[in-house]
Formats: sequence, C-alpha cells, structure tokens
Amino acid sequence: MADLPPPTDLTGGYAPLPGAADELFAADGSPRPVWAPLLDWLGARPAEEIAERTARGDQYLRDAGVYFRLYANDPGQEREWPLSHLPVLLSETDWGQLCTGLTQRAELLEAVMADLYGPGRLVRDGHLPADLVARNPHWLRPLVGIPPRSGHFLHHLAFEIGRSPDGSFFVLGDRTQAPSGAGFALENRMATTRMFSDFVPRSHVLRLAGFFRAFRAALEAQAGPGRRAAILSPGPSNDTYYEHTYIARYLGLMLLEGEDLIVRDGQAMVRTVTGLEPVGALWRRIDSEFADPLELNESSQIGTPGMIEALRAGGLGLVNALGSGVLEVRAMMAFLPRISEVLTGAPLSLPNIATWWCGQPAERDFVLENAARLMIGPALDAALPFATGAETALGPAETEALAERLAREGADLVGQEAVTLSTTPALHEGRLVPRPMTLRVFAARTPDGWTFMPGGYARIGKTADTKALAMQAGGSVADVWVVADAPVPDDTLVPPEIVPRATAGALPSRAAENLYWLGRYVERAEGAIRLIRAYHLRLAETADPADPRLQLLEGYLAGLGLGLDQPVPEALPGLIGTARDSAAKVRDRFSPDAWSALNDLFKSAGRLTRKVGPGADAAHAMTVLLRKISGFSGLVHENMYHFMGWRFLSLGRAQERADAMLMLLTTFADPAAAPGALEIAIEVGDSVMTHQRRYHFGPAHSTVLDLLMLDDNNPRAVLSQVVQMRQHVSQLPHDPTEDRGSALDRALLMLDTDLRVAQPETLTTETLIALRGRLYEVSDLLTARYLR
Amino acid sequence: MQMRYAIRLVIDYDYPGASDHVRNILRLMPGNGPDQQVLTSALTITPPPDERRDGIDFFGNATTAVAWHDPVATCRFDLTAEVERGVPAPLTDTSPSPAALAADLAALADIGPAAPHHFRAPSPRIPPDAAAVDFARAHLRETTLATVVALGEALHAEMRFDAGATDANTAPALAFANRHGVCQDFAQVMIGALRGIGIPAAYISGFLRTDPPPGQPRLQGVDAMHAWVRAWCGAAMGWVEYDPTNAKHPGDDYITVAVGRDYADVAPVLGAIRTAGGQDSRHAVDVVPLDTPAPPPGQQEGAT
Repeated sequence: MADLPPPTDLTGGYAPLPGAADELFAADGSPRPVWAPLLDWLGARPAEEIAERTARGDQYLRDAGVYFRLYANDPGQEREWPLSHLPVLLSETDWGQLCTGLTQRAELLEAVMADLYGPGRLVRDGHLPADLVARNPHWLRPLVGIPPRSGHFLHHLAFEIGRSPDGSFFVLGDRTQAPSGAGFALENRMATTRMFSDFVPRSHVLRLAGFFRAFRAALEAQAGPGRRAAILSPGPSNDTYYEHTYIARYLGLMLLEGEDLIVRDGQAMVRTVTGLEPVGALWRRIDSEFADPLELNESSQIGTPGMIEALRAGGLGLVNALGSGVLEVRAMMAFLPRISEVLTGAPLSLPNIATWWCGQPAERDFVLENAARLMIGPALDAALPFATGAETALGPAETEALAERLAREGADLVGQEAVTLSTTPALHEGRLVPRPMTLRVFAARTPDGWTFMPGGYARIGKTADTKALAMQAGGSVADVWVVADAPVPDDTLVPPEIVPRATAGALPSRAAENLYWLGRYVERAEGAIRLIRAYHLRLAETADPADPRLQLLEGYLAGLGLGLDQPVPEALPGLIGTARDSAAKVRDRFSPDAWSALNDLFKSAGRLTRKVGPGADAAHAMTVLLRKISGFSGLVHENMYHFMGWRFLSLGRAQERADAMLMLLTTFADPAAAPGALEIAIEVGDSVMTHQRRYHFGPAHSTVLDLLMLDDNNPRAVLSQVVQMRQHVSQLPHDPTEDRGSALDRALLMLDTDLRVAQPETLTTETLIALRGRLYEVSDLLTARYLR
Repeated sequence: MQMRYAIRLVIDYDYPGASDHVRNILRLMPGNGPDQQVLTSALTITPPPDERRDGIDFFGNATTAVAWHDPVATCRFDLTAEVERGVPAPLTDTSPSPAALAADLAALADIGPAAPHHFRAPSPRIPPDAAAVDFARAHLRETTLATVVALGEALHAEMRFDAGATDANTAPALAFANRHGVCQDFAQVMIGALRGIGIPAAYISGFLRTDPPPGQPRLQGVDAMHAWVRAWCGAAMGWVEYDPTNAKHPGDDYITVAVGRDYADVAPVLGAIRTAGGQDSRHAVDVVPLDTPAPPPGQQEGAT
C-alpha cells in the first residue's frame, strides 16, 4: 500500500482570542456545527493540495483581471484582488436574524431620506439637529422637494456589520450613496468555487445569482416599458471601475458615463450610434455631487448637465436617488436609534455602533470625559473608522488639546465606541489563525420588499488585533458562505423564463469612438513594429548605417515620431499604451482574454525597449511583438461577436491600414526613392510571398502598386480596406430618408469605383496623396455621423 | 416713501467654437421681499430656447432653466423689470454678543430656506480661511450687529476696489491676501470671516441704482450686477444686510435678485456648454428711477 500523505492539522493550535467572539468556536469552546463539513473535508487533504487549491483561486482572479485601485487618484496603484482563501461561514439562522434587523434598518433609512428631502419633520420636531443637516455636504438642497419617480429613494444598500463579544451583530456603517462590492462578491464566489470545486456542490451554500436576478428585474421595472436601464459609472479613473465593467457584462446592462447622456425635454437620453435613445433608470455608481454640474458640483467633469431637470420632470429613475449620501455620514448614527423609536415605535433590533455627535454640549462633554475609550474622527465623513486614509484615532490621554479641538470644531467631530470585532479562521502558512472580520451585506429593493445577497463579502484584518481601528493596517477580503440546513437548488443568472435582451443597437457613441480608435492604434502599432523590424533586418545584413535603405527607413520612422535614438524607440510602448487606454474605456465590451493579451503586449514592448541591441536582436524582438499583436487581433476579430461595436473596431483598423499604406507608398514607391525601397514596401505591407507567387520576378513600380493598392484579394491592399469599410458602413444605422445613401456611403463608393478602374501605371505619388485626403474625409464623415 | 425703478439687464454670449447643446440656469429676476415689490418683469431670450422652465430654487430665488437643442453661436438674455423699493426700517441693535449666538441657533429647529443654519459652515466657494477669521476676531464687538458693521468697515478700509484684479472664479482667500477685488470678493471675504467667528452669513446678488440722487456720491458696482452680505444677528433681530464694497447698510437704492451661500448659489448665468472654443460675454445694467428717462444701456466688460 502506497504511503498516504499525512492529513493536515488545520485547527491545531487555533485559539480564539480573549474578549472577542469567534466564528469557528462558540463561547463555550465548542466548534460551531456550520464549519464542521468544510474543516473535515479540508483536514483530510494534505497541505500541498490545499496550497495547490488556493493557488488555483488566485490564478482565477488573475486570469479574470480582477483588480481594484488603492487610491482613486492614482491609476498606477492597481492591485490584484487580495483574497483571503478561507470563506467565513454563517448558519442560515444567524443570517436570517441579521436580515430581519437590516430590513428594519433599510426601511428606517428610507423614511429618514424621505423626510430630509420632503417635509423636514425630523428637524422641526427636534430629532435631528438643524445644524447637522445643514452642514452635511451630502444633503443636496436642489433635490429637496423632488419625489423619486419610483416612489422610493433607496434601492440598493450595503451595510458594514461586526459581531460583538456577546455574539450579537451590530452595524458599523451604512452604505447608501452608491455601494460598491457586489461585483467583487461574485468574483470572490467564483474563486472559492474554483478552490473547493468538489466540496461546494454538497456544501448547502446559498447561491448569489438570485439576488442579481431580482435586482436586475427591479431595475428594469423601474426603467419602464421600452426604456433601458443602464449603469452610470464615473469612468476608468474610479477605484472600482473594474467592478462596473464586470457587473455591466454580467447583467447585460449598458455601461454609461456622464457624457453619454443628454437631457432633452425632461427625458434622459443616451447618445448612441443610432441617435438618441431614452433611458428610464440608472444604477448610479457616481457620487451624487458629481451627477449634474449645472445644479450640483459645478466643477464636475463626469456628470450630465440637466440630470436634475430630468428628475423634476419625472423622466428618470435612479438607484439610489441623488443625495442619498446624506444618510451614511457617521454622525447620523448618533440619532438613528432614537428616530427609529419615533418613526416606527420600535427600537432598532440591530444596534449600530454607539456614536456621539460633538455639535451638542452634553455629547461633547461626554466624549471629552470618555476619550480614552472612544474613536474620534470626522462627523461628516462616511468612511468606516478603519477605511484607508480615515483620520480616526482613539482619543488622546491628554485632554487639554482635545477639549480645545472639540470646542472649536465640535460640529465636525464624532466620538464612536472603540468596538471589538469577532475573529474568523484565516489560512496562514498552512495553519488556521484567528483574524478580525467585518461583513458587508448587500440589499436590494424588489416589489416584494428588501432582498439580501446571501454572503459573498467579508473583510479580514491583517493582524490578530480585534479593535476595529486595527483594521486600518489593511487586510484582505473573503467570501462569506451562508450555509443552509438542506441542499440548495442550482441557480444561475439566466433561468429559462427570462430571455436575455439583445444589446445590439445600443452602442453609446463614446464607446464606438473608443473602439474605432482602438482599431486604429493597434493597427498603427503593428505598422510601426513592421517598419522597425525592416530597419533592423537590413542593419543586420549590411552593418552600414550609411546604407541608403537604412537612411530612408530611419527618416521615415522619425517622421512618424519613432526616432531611432535607441534600437527600439521609446515611443513604441507609448503607442501601444494609447491603444490600451482606448481599450480601458470600453472594458465591458471585451473578453478578459483580449484585455490580458493587450496588457501583455504593452508590458513586453516596454521590457524589450529597454534591453534589446541593434540588428538581429531587435529584429527578433519585433517578430515576437508581431506575434503577440496578432494574438490580440485574433482574439478580437475571430471571437468578438459581430455587434455594432466590432464594426467600429474593424472600421478603425481598415481606415488606419489604408492610410498607412498610402503614406508608405508615397515614400517607398516614389520613382525617386532609393534602390531597395520597393522591397521594403512589400515587406512592411506583409505581401512578400504573394508578390513572388504572382509575378515571378523582382518588384517593379507597377507590380507593387497593383498588389498593394488595387488587388482586392490582398487583405493588405488599399482597395480591400475600402471594400471592408463599405460593408461595415452598410450595416450601420441609416436614416430611412437617405434613400440614395449618406454622404459617407457616397464617399466610400466613389473611392471604391476609382480604385477599381485605376491602372497601376496611372498611380503617381500625387494621386496617392490625393487619395489620402479623400480617406481623411471619410474619417471625418464617419466621426460626425456616428461618433459625436 | 417708495422708490420705483425701471431695470434693464442685457447679457450677451458669443461662442466662437459654435457650441453644441447649451443648457443654462439663470438667476436674473428680482423677487418680492419685505421692502421690495416686483410690479412687472420679463426675460426675453434670443434665439428662443427649445426648452424653458421658470421655477424657484431651494433658497426661494427665481430661476429660469433654458436649453437649445441645436448649436448656437450667440445668445442674449434681456431682462426688463419695474420694481418698487421701500426704505428699510431703521436698525435698533437688539442682537446678542457673537458668543451668545450659538444658543439662539441651537434653539432654532428649522432647515427652511431662510434658516441661518445653511449659512454657518464653509460653502463650496468660501472654504475656511484662517487669515480672514483672524481679521474678524480682531473686530469682535459687544453685539453681533456691531461686529458685522465693524468688520465690514474694516474690510472696506483694508481692501482696494479694483475691477481688473480678480474675476468671478477668484478664491476669496486670494482676494483677501492681496487686499483687492470687486463686490463679489468683498462679499465673499466678509462672509467667510463672519462664519469663522460663528455668525451665519449669506451672499446676495442684485442691482444698484445707476445714477445717485442729486448731491450723493455714485456707488461702486453700478455698472453690472452687485453683491453684498446678509448676516444673522440672533433670533430677535434676524437677518441684517450690509454692503462691504460701499461700507453701508443697503438702502432704497438696492434691489435684491438672489440669496445663497456663495456666488455659486446665485450666479446670474450658470452654463454647461459643449464647445471646442471658449466663450465671451458682455453684460450691461441700467437701474433708473421711473420719473427719469432711461438712457440706452452702455456696454461694459466683466462684472463687479
């Protein structure tokens, strides 16, 4: 009998920390039954297998391109998703209690919101200080008196939850503005499913897909018949942009930015390549203050002027209503318990972290006296005490400075109880160790009331310190499994009764423009690589920089901004980076594979630029890059569904290819060009083999122009590009009144005809230059018609 | 005795880069108030906009939201109004000390448009400025009203009126550091200083009578829309207006258009324009007592 590897002693040495609740062990030291199946299953596996499984989860996240940005303002700070591999397990009973408490809280938040943007009774009756509301920067005066179209202000919420030493849950923070993380929760689940693939099917873990299905249905109901629902994102510079693109793909919703929208007669419309299309509901991922530069933050570059006019006119539903950030500032939590009793007659069944607003004399004195056991921080900040960059600290022992600060800026400060969090087991070097955790619970309003995403997201502390503030040191994110007592039926996003809606015809003009330019930049980069390779191949042959062919190529490259101060110009990775930037703005329309391929190309180009030598070395490096760029083009052109977006990408490629070819030929096919120039033209035009087969002799002026200009069987020829462009343009939306075709159609038809009747002998350099001018006009017509 | 004025305001915009989809919010029409009655008013816009909605904003100001669907190269906002203005009642100082204002404020459970609470905290265009607050502390007096007057007079003496030194986007801290500016700067500096010492303060935009009554000096700010300050002097006195540019309490030669936390809340023309080029504007105001014939409005660049 072969030696079995020893099972893993995972829990050996695991000891809950004194003074804190533990997710794995109950207060009496007995293990909670919900964990037993997973731990037994894991314990039966050797350490190597567990390591291999966690690596599989990390690999999934890398392949999927899951990232987040540490600081919103620094795009360079993209980080891989920090997954803590072991999920947090909760029993269905615990979960049910939590959801009951959160339903009550969600209703309370809705009622407070309705009052603050309506009659204002809470202030008038003394339950909320007027000063606190008036100085809350998220209370947006232009929205006062505008009822939400759906009748409700709040539709999607998240709550930050901790567990007290006595085992009960409490709320650390409400996320009412534009909660993020629901998409990351899905990715957490995908990763843990990869890791524990053979355990999950019998684990009784509640699925997440039903939550998204309910949420999407509610969003589409809000949009109303014949109107689209879409996601409104602040754009790629936002720290959770990845999630916006992921959710847009997952739910099949358009991903919009502020400039995609325009307000016409009280109706929000999307600028699409088909014209203006009405939008009925937006899942808003942009903070309210930036949504409308006309009535809110006047410096916002990411909003839509007139959005509030659309809200006034009842022409738009928002998830959530503008101004909902007013609820999530810390100071509100000082008043919510009391307001609950006033409005509903019942106390909060789920308490929130005890909070004192220092804008009131009695509370200020209390905070001063108890400073040592309170966290003191900004009252009007929505950040959790442990959020990155939060200016929250335990009160100082020395009270004199604090007393002065409280007297001076009390209205801007709160004291909050220095809570202790529960611990959950985390895998650390093959063993389980207790780490503090908080849950993030997502809620969505449906016609049947609030529904909750069953788990998916927890934050895990970096050290064993269970004080909430210690979470400031950073940490990781874990999946949360809500475990049912009985098996859970399979569930995916698209059950048979819902037919996914086609997204054809709803291409925002901005997305089309980015795709068009992506097509152009990738083609431009490819042309540059071919030219650089042609240079180094000849350099390797002659080793004589004075060779006229080298001079010709060097001058031509310099004219393109690709000066050869080093073997591979710095500008080459820059050019690929431009392509990548265009792609980054339409990531929801790409497969993750295509994105990875482009990223890889960008990184390789940067690396090669720094290290290759001239001649054969550089020529080889360019061949490697050409292979990579073909990989990207293959993924896009072979695998991308032929929606309208693909047509714009292809139009960009054809336009650039035709333009580059004309430019190449004006130099290299000019009768006065140096000997050997025609060979360069065919090589850069990737037509060496074809030329040999068709003509059986060395290149002549007429054969080169025939093959590279007029041969519609040559996919590199200018005529082929024009033919392709005509075909794509014929599939774009047309105005039915233009029965003789648009100006764009006519311009392309004339180009097509002129190229078909042309003879190679008649194509002078001047003719080529004139044709280039006509191609520019085509580009301008296309832009004016579809991309503005 | 009531004064009657004929008001004419003309604002012209040119968009050299032919603009696409112009959307504006206008705050140009005077409203009714304790000493102010609007008899007639009309705002003519050319070319006629595709959308126009007249409304009232949070602070009670009259707004006109307009939009053009097709590109426009120029547009004109032309206001004519007849307004009756009474002489404000003489002030009797019953205000508490600035330190005692907090108690009055705490007792006031109100977030309606006129509530002083809106005007206590820094606002988007008037962030805290320690230098202005220090300046205000040096002018604290026994009562809130006396403090307001002392501070306003001190700013008037300290800052130089200079129509070319600042523009509509100059930060008040910069205007104060350089000790110069126009009415907007005087008003915003004073507001920031008052808030810094706990006195709620608001920004008022409006018009001044163009030519003074015989024997009186011409005021600064008659050539365009003017700006001054409203300070809250406790529950008993309520709001009191003060014009730091001219160092006086506004009289029957002032006509109020809009009230807000700072310039952004009352800007006469807020606009969002998609355009490649810049824009250019001209602005002309005439406020004439009704028994005097009105001269045609003179063209003036910029605002005070």
